[in-house]
Amino acid sequence: MDIVSNQQRKKIHPRKFTMWVAIASIIMMFAGLTSAYIVKSNQAAWQEIELPKIFWGSTIVILVSSLTMQIALRSFKQREMRQYRVFIASTFLLGSVFIIFQCIGFLQLWEQQQVTLKGSGAGQFLYVIFGLHVLHVFGGVIALLVMFTRAFFGKIKMYSPVPVELAATYWHFVDALWIYLLIFFLWVR
Amino acid sequence: MDAMNAHAEAIMTHEVHYDEHQAHHHNQSFISKYIFSQDHKTIAKQFLITGIIWAMIGGLFSVLFRLQLGFPGQSFPILETIFGKWAPGGEIKPEFYYALITMHGTILVFFVLTAGLSGTFANLLIPLQAGARDMASPFLNMLSYWFFFLASIVMLSSLFIQTGPAAGGWTVYPPLSALHTASIGSELGMDLWIVSMALFVVSSLLGGINYISTILNMRTKGMSMTRLPLTIWAVFFTAVLGVLSFPVLLSGLILLLFDRNLGTSFYLSDIVVNGQIMPNEGGSAILFQHLFWFLGHPEVYIIILPTMGIVSEIISINSRKPIFGYMAMVGSLFAICTLAFLVWAHHMFVTGMNPLLGSIFVLLTLLIAVPSAIKTFNWLTTMWRGNIRFTPAMLFSIGFVSMFISGGLTGIFVGNSTLDIQLHDTMFVVAHFHIVMGVSAFFGMFAGLYHWFPKMFGRYLNTTLGYIHFWVTLIGAYLIFWPMHYEGLAGMPRRYLDKSPWVSFSQFGDLDRMITIVSIIVYAVQLMFVFNFFYSIFKGRKVTTQNPWKANTLEWTTPIRPGHGNWPGEIPEVHRWPYDYSKDGRDFIPQTEPVGANESNEH
Repeated sequence: MDIVSNQQRKKIHPRKFTMWVAIASIIMMFAGLTSAYIVKSNQAAWQEIELPKIFWGSTIVILVSSLTMQIALRSFKQREMRQYRVFIASTFLLGSVFIIFQCIGFLQLWEQQQVTLKGSGAGQFLYVIFGLHVLHVFGGVIALLVMFTRAFFGKIKMYSPVPVELAATYWHFVDALWIYLLIFFLWVR
Repeated sequence: MDAMNAHAEAIMTHEVHYDEHQAHHHNQSFISKYIFSQDHKTIAKQFLITGIIWAMIGGLFSVLFRLQLGFPGQSFPILETIFGKWAPGGEIKPEFYYALITMHGTILVFFVLTAGLSGTFANLLIPLQAGARDMASPFLNMLSYWFFFLASIVMLSSLFIQTGPAAGGWTVYPPLSALHTASIGSELGMDLWIVSMALFVVSSLLGGINYISTILNMRTKGMSMTRLPLTIWAVFFTAVLGVLSFPVLLSGLILLLFDRNLGTSFYLSDIVVNGQIMPNEGGSAILFQHLFWFLGHPEVYIIILPTMGIVSEIISINSRKPIFGYMAMVGSLFAICTLAFLVWAHHMFVTGMNPLLGSIFVLLTLLIAVPSAIKTFNWLTTMWRGNIRFTPAMLFSIGFVSMFISGGLTGIFVGNSTLDIQLHDTMFVVAHFHIVMGVSAFFGMFAGLYHWFPKMFGRYLNTTLGYIHFWVTLIGAYLIFWPMHYEGLAGMPRRYLDKSPWVSFSQFGDLDRMITIVSIIVYAVQLMFVFNFFYSIFKGRKVTTQNPWKANTLEWTTPIRPGHGNWPGEIPEVHRWPYDYSKDGRDFIPQTEPVGANESNEH
């Protein structure tokens, strides 16, 4: 009997599992796009670009936001709600800053390097791939906004850590995805 | 002793606590019960009925283009009455013909045999057979249907716009699909196709992640993975395929949308349309084919795997024998699921692929024959010396096995890159995939419908109509698709509007007429099935016993018309695998029955 109940306890929450499967499918989408990039980069008329410097800024921002997200999650589990509020708010803000930085990056590429949507080189792929990544980050920011609103203005007290854990998992995922994409764009030439 | 019981009860509550609140929905409004329902059984019916409507449309399209193929140049005034400018003088316009074949493929492959099939049976059976009150996330499940509904609306609306729906084939290869000026079907219809398919992908991902996490996390007590019915294993692998391959189609379609509307050249290079040189440079049309077929091939297994599960279950029940080689069945499902991702380029043998690469894909493709043969032999050996009950469901299952063998054997032909030089894009390929995936999947789906209709609606489908449905469809399907092999071997191309100008193909004129006439008959019989379906929902013979087929699985332990939450009391505990038929002198032993002290060990 005890063995059974132990196994029960170890069982992953269905929502969290669902999140992991969803992450797997998002990974496949970016795997498809980056393999298309590799195929295309070996063909004629491939055009390289210089990665705008601001993308390094956004990298730092999203790395820090992962850290704040983790602290928020830990504070929530320890029921230190004041600290939780501070860190969930800062994660939300950092996420928004990341989106703004990415948009600035796109604009710089467009205006300073004259990379438009004509053609099919690294620049056009960058708009599509980073663009889709920003959309996924945007989805995460919306989720954070919901948590943030609940934490500050919610009437009902939240005790289950599952929603925060889900948000944290997703947030670390978009962070890791960004690191992968950045390294990919630096590496594959 | 009491402490033990209390402890056991605590575990039980723990097991169901994720969604126990759902057992208490009593005062539901019409809208929350039938329209925006979160009950997996209602969602299954929604998928099914939407799928049936689509099947009627998609099937009608095939009848229309068969009219053109069987009677080229002949006038059918009624066509002009109905379709106006698309059939001037009662003759199908070339643009209309291409739109018809494109939409026939799209509708049947995605809207009927993916959403209509998986959506119906995964939703219906996963919670009922694995022993759960509902899906892991009933809300996402509901969203999954409504995204499918939106996709359907968008696709349907593309049929009614001035320039018509997409017309470049269901594979929407660029450049035809990427340039607005390439054909009238490449205008707005193509954009709607992409939007609809994007919504469709979202729907199938929401469904798929739910199926996977329900199967892995929400099984009832005692329901270990190896005690799952094969239906659940099959929809599990189907969902895995969908979750990992549909996103790649989405990436391909996003790039296509950019090429179409924003001026990029991912797929376009050096093209002249109507004497005008296009500005696009540097793209690769083959890139799209890779991205498309990375989904496209798993897609055919997404279609066939659920029906394999359904058929395994029905054959075992109606042979009153345990399924032969349960673990081999699961293993072969796994093998097919894995190989599905490694064979996509066999759709592209003649695109100028490196012959060495081609031969690797030939090898991997032919490997699929191994798990497929294992499954086929296991179905046959399950029936061997069984006490077979020829219900309509069983007949359709046997028909499935027959079709799967016939179509599977020609797969060995077309999977060979050398033979493919002769056979690609001929009627041989049409015959192959219609038999192995189209007709087979429909047979499996029909089998499932005849079998689980009592669970869905508390009534039976009419059996006499069922027998007529089966025999006409079986004979008709062979009459339609068998001759196409000969046409294809002679080199007759698919997708052509009119083959009569060629002397070498006009010899098949009579054959084509025969095929067309049989298609009309078979289509009419499917309409008869649809009538049977809707009539039986309201007027069919009522189910009076809880377990009409004397089956072992958990869905037959629920009330005849289960409410939301499926079991009125606790979810039953499972003590054995689902295939204890004719064991120890007993006809069947339900999964809920504890293993007796003197019971023999063997399955």
